[in-house]
Amino acid sequence: MSALDRAVAVRAAARPSARRRLRDREWVWGYAMIAPLVLGLGVFYLWPVAQSVYYSFTEWTLFGDATWIGLDNYRQVLTDPANAKALRNTFLYGGLTLLGIPVSIAVAALLGTRGLKLVSFYRTLYFLPVVTMPAAVAMIWSWLYNGDYGLINYALSFAGIEGTSWIADPDTALYAVAVVGIWTQIGYNAVIFMAGLQSIPSHLYEAASIDGAGRVRQFFGITLPLLSPSVFFVSVLSVINGLQMFDLVYLLFRKGNPAREETQTVVSLFFSRAFEEGAKGYAAAMAVVLMLITLALTVFQFRMQKRWVHYA
Amino acid sequence: MRSGRLWPVHLVLAVGAAAMVMPFFWQVLTALKSFTEATRMPPVWIPSFEWSNFAEVFEAGPFLRQFGNTVVMTAGRTLAQLLFCSLAAYAFARLRFPGRNVIFIALLSVLMVPGQLFLIPQYQIVQSLGWLNTLPGLIVPGMFSAFGTFMMRQFFMTLPAEVEEAARLDGANPLRIFWSVMLPLARPGLLALGVLTVLWSWNDLMWPLIVNTDPEQMPLSAGLSALQGEHMTDYPVLMAGSLMASAPIIVVFVIMQKQLIQGIAFTGSK
Repeated sequence: MSALDRAVAVRAAARPSARRRLRDREWVWGYAMIAPLVLGLGVFYLWPVAQSVYYSFTEWTLFGDATWIGLDNYRQVLTDPANAKALRNTFLYGGLTLLGIPVSIAVAALLGTRGLKLVSFYRTLYFLPVVTMPAAVAMIWSWLYNGDYGLINYALSFAGIEGTSWIADPDTALYAVAVVGIWTQIGYNAVIFMAGLQSIPSHLYEAASIDGAGRVRQFFGITLPLLSPSVFFVSVLSVINGLQMFDLVYLLFRKGNPAREETQTVVSLFFSRAFEEGAKGYAAAMAVVLMLITLALTVFQFRMQKRWVHYA
Repeated sequence: MRSGRLWPVHLVLAVGAAAMVMPFFWQVLTALKSFTEATRMPPVWIPSFEWSNFAEVFEAGPFLRQFGNTVVMTAGRTLAQLLFCSLAAYAFARLRFPGRNVIFIALLSVLMVPGQLFLIPQYQIVQSLGWLNTLPGLIVPGMFSAFGTFMMRQFFMTLPAEVEEAARLDGANPLRIFWSVMLPLARPGLLALGVLTVLWSWNDLMWPLIVNTDPEQMPLSAGLSALQGEHMTDYPVLMAGSLMASAPIIVVFVIMQKQLIQGIAFTGSK
């Protein structure tokens, strides 16, 4: 046996045992590597869910003691007219932001035009509102919406329309916020649609143009059906985000704003109950109800998708 | 001929882009106006460049301090998430251990739950640790992310198994393989997750409002909100403040645009 043969034989013999030894200890490494994350998510996310559910059946005294009161919080949450109004506002807001989806599709389709230059320049501009701090967005728009000196009312004056104080007027405030919401989402959704468009095989378009289909026919016959999974994803996301509506409502409808009572959403109401009024048990019950509503809506959307989403 | 046919596309996109950017244009213009110019109708289109509006932001509140808080908060959350998420994601993607899938699914369930279910107990934990109005209180709950773990796991699963094989045969342990073989390969994924986390963290409002009520300890988001509460009508100063608070993240976006777009496209394709 030559030295080389011996070396090969030794390695061949050593290899499986070395690998087995590693394999044996693999679970130790696995647990060690997930430990920091499991600990963090466990302490700050998973255990809090269980605690919140427990809190929703309790009432809190000023001294921080919790007493079990059964379903009382839920009874109050479900009968309080302020919650019904907040839920209606939240749905209205979420529904209105869905109107931005066709705009995003149009932007994505135009940006996907073959041979178009300046694509990343346009994309940057459409995307700016997505990255801008909501606190800044709220300031900019409350100034644009200003009743006396706002740019929007100035523009409307050319059409002979005398604009109101948009975010202080209970009749217009919610719609005004929805416009801001759409403005901040167009770029985000357009990016998702652009990714969806890129996955459509180009030979479909080539075949269609050979058959004499124009750009508009191609859009409705090929693009839109094959984009439906993205449209589905964006609508699920919009509905979930709509239910979470807080930042703009908190920032634009401060105490003293006449539209404040009329424009609260579920989460902004939760925030005041839990952290401004200290009604933690009641707020926890609100959060549980919100979770159930979110779940029900998501299940509903997944059921409905069979009717209109085409997976290629 | 082609460019001739594309001009209507350019026209529509340019008009749309102008409408999207108009609020920022108005913000910058107002930030450069005096108060009397800002409240004149019809509007003044050429401002008198009142740079003092920017100086006034620093006098109205601890702006620099809040800027520093925001940087520390964003960096702390982002670096921690990148480390903890990728570490766990590698284990979930490549190592075999009992209960792996059950634990992973349990962690992912966090994504299905609205944030309001975490907030009250999170506040109590931070309070009992004595972390109200401190930076750790702002940072620590944001250091862990189920979404980031999911994203990094998907990324690791796309890497071919052969790249680890050599290191494995040399007897390197999983932590070493993760650190010196896999992590360098995961750079695109880490950058995408990093940009998303920076963006989310810099702009986060609700958590800072809950735990940090002292202006000295607030990040910019909550600071701006307080500034607007006090200076309700001094719009040139408010515009200057909002401009300075959001400018850094816009710069980050312009530089890291590709990674951010990839990250968002990922969320759309899962």
